[in-house]
Amino acid sequence: MSEALLLYLVIPLVKIVVLLALLLLLVAYLTFFERKILAYLQVRIGPNRVGPRGWLQPVADGLKLFVKEDLIPTSAQRFVFLLAPCLIIVPALVVFAVVPFGEPFTMAGRTITPYLADVNIALLFVLAVSSIGVYGIILGGWSSNNKFSLMGGLRSAAQMISYEVPMGFAVIAVVLMSGSLSLVGIVEAQRAAHVWFVLPGILAFGIYFLCGVAETNRNPFDLPEAESELVGGFHTEYSGMKFAFFFLAEYANMLVVSSLATVMFFGGWLPPLPNLLAPLWASPALVWIPGVVWFAAKVAVFIVVYIWFRGTFPRYRFDQLMQIGWKWLIPLSLANVLAVGLGVLILRG
Amino acid sequence: MTAGPLTPLYDSDEMELSFGPQHPSTHGVLRVMLKLDGEKILDAKPIIGYLHRGTEKLFETMAFPQCLPHTDRMDYVAAATNNQGFCVTMEKLLGVTIPPRAAYIRMILAELQRIASHLVWLATHAIDLGAITPFFYTFRERDAILDLFEEYCGARLTLNTMKIGGLPFELPAGWLERCSAYVDEFPSHIDEYEELLTNNRIWRQRTIGIGVVSPEDAVEWGLTGPPLRGSGIKWDIRKVFPYDRYDEIDFEVPVGTNGDTYDRYLVRMVEMRQSVRIIRQCLDRLPDGPIMARVPKVLRAQEGMVYASVEAPKGELGYFLVTTDKSTQPYRCHVRPPSFVNLQMLPEMVRGHLVADLVAVIGTLDIVLGEIDR
Repeated sequence: MSEALLLYLVIPLVKIVVLLALLLLLVAYLTFFERKILAYLQVRIGPNRVGPRGWLQPVADGLKLFVKEDLIPTSAQRFVFLLAPCLIIVPALVVFAVVPFGEPFTMAGRTITPYLADVNIALLFVLAVSSIGVYGIILGGWSSNNKFSLMGGLRSAAQMISYEVPMGFAVIAVVLMSGSLSLVGIVEAQRAAHVWFVLPGILAFGIYFLCGVAETNRNPFDLPEAESELVGGFHTEYSGMKFAFFFLAEYANMLVVSSLATVMFFGGWLPPLPNLLAPLWASPALVWIPGVVWFAAKVAVFIVVYIWFRGTFPRYRFDQLMQIGWKWLIPLSLANVLAVGLGVLILRG
Repeated sequence: MTAGPLTPLYDSDEMELSFGPQHPSTHGVLRVMLKLDGEKILDAKPIIGYLHRGTEKLFETMAFPQCLPHTDRMDYVAAATNNQGFCVTMEKLLGVTIPPRAAYIRMILAELQRIASHLVWLATHAIDLGAITPFFYTFRERDAILDLFEEYCGARLTLNTMKIGGLPFELPAGWLERCSAYVDEFPSHIDEYEELLTNNRIWRQRTIGIGVVSPEDAVEWGLTGPPLRGSGIKWDIRKVFPYDRYDEIDFEVPVGTNGDTYDRYLVRMVEMRQSVRIIRQCLDRLPDGPIMARVPKVLRAQEGMVYASVEAPKGELGYFLVTTDKSTQPYRCHVRPPSFVNLQMLPEMVRGHLVADLVAVIGTLDIVLGEIDR
């Protein structure tokens, strides 16, 4: 086997397969954890029938959705109707190609990076790809030929577009601080700066996470699928595996937002206070902890916050949501860019 | 007939939406035909009748005591107050005064039922507005009430717990202690719900100024119960036409000021606390004695008409009975269900609001289709 073949084909392919498998498994179990955590918030037990302590529940769910009859309404736009779930799940998974999960490590004399690609414009890539997802929702809502779906689709179009703007500005603040669009570069910049970017960029983080919740259509911004108003919102007419795609995409998007928050504001795979506490992390008791564990722990915190939101808040109304987006978040994020820019200018000279 | 183009019912910007009857938040089988401009509601028209069982007609074919189980099935989340309404009407017709012990136990049951009904309202109202957690808390407490009912009469939902002239059963041993423990504990749970909702920013934004009813409108449209009191009118059948022994009990009638969804929410929350207060007083003063007045085995009415009403959790529940001489069954029985009258206000309340507010208004009216269609 030639060196080039190994480097450019075999290793990336193995990584893709591992990443995709892990991701789908993780996303499936995310639904389980959400149900469990929500259950404990709501003084009940949650799924505990399938397998030991309910651990096989996601498998059962997946199997059920897989063997379900694949219904397409007769009046639906067939092609678009089928396209929509693909349009939503693919971008949600593709984004993970550039998310760095940990530090490069050595295996069999070869340095292996625990991410697929370190693209120098990774942040732009993420923003660009993740905004494709909104097409899936709009087209799904429109092609179902159902008024509730249509309204869900329209709501989400308006919502995702208006929340992408402040999110972009929040990200700009990070780029200003790190001087890099590469996600690996952003983590390294935080190591070099001796501080997680959440401290100087607390406002940017707040805006980013709020927009992230809105982007992923989660409570309290879950208007596009508000079941008490729009039945199922844009996926009212979807069933079986196509519904599962929408479902998986929602959870994958939660992971995307959480991973990016971890990378941009919480030092990615770095342990807390990597420089100040360097002797501690290098001590024999802790040195074995790989970066991936830190990364996963931080992401998990965000996921729990997501679920916590869902268990606590009522839902905003459509016009209120727009108001928050345009009247508060966008001006605030613009001011934040200005402030961070000035700060960087002064500190760096 | 002239052959010509059909006049379009709607402008091109407008959309007709059939909201229900199989919609998750129409609380049963209500159907609302909406005329929408985008998400804005231009007009709404409630369509009812999907749960019509001909209860009033059935009453005409049954002896008076046989009517009672059918009252359970009208407002099926508040069966005890339905029974109470029918019993009070029948007792007025027959000129029977029930023994004090029976009246006090009835009040305990009715107030427990009021709490249970308000808990269902709170759960569904909150879930309609996206807050899913209060549902589980409220149903936990409601279950405890249903346990008390089950212990008393064997049923949890369709209780059939009262009898014309008194009560069918004496309280089981230990019931009073368990009921007492429950009412001691319950206010702390109301605090829990309030902590989740009352000062929640989103909850306030979703409810303040939504579905405003002016006091004049509320009276003119015949609203009763919390929707009337939310508009600031102090009107409670328990106070103005006391039945059973409510005149001996000390309690407050909460009223709102703005007549919006938030005020109706606050009114119901205070009502639950007042119900606890009523139950506490009843438990403390519960007299000994018989639980049934002396009524003949076969109830026969003289010719006449009678109307009596009780304060059901949802408003004034009235029964209008017409009887012929020496009859054992009603010639005609009309029920005035609070939900039916309150629902008429829906189009007025939602016009100009958004679709999301429609579910808030349906929730705040606290309707039960079982008693609307009967």
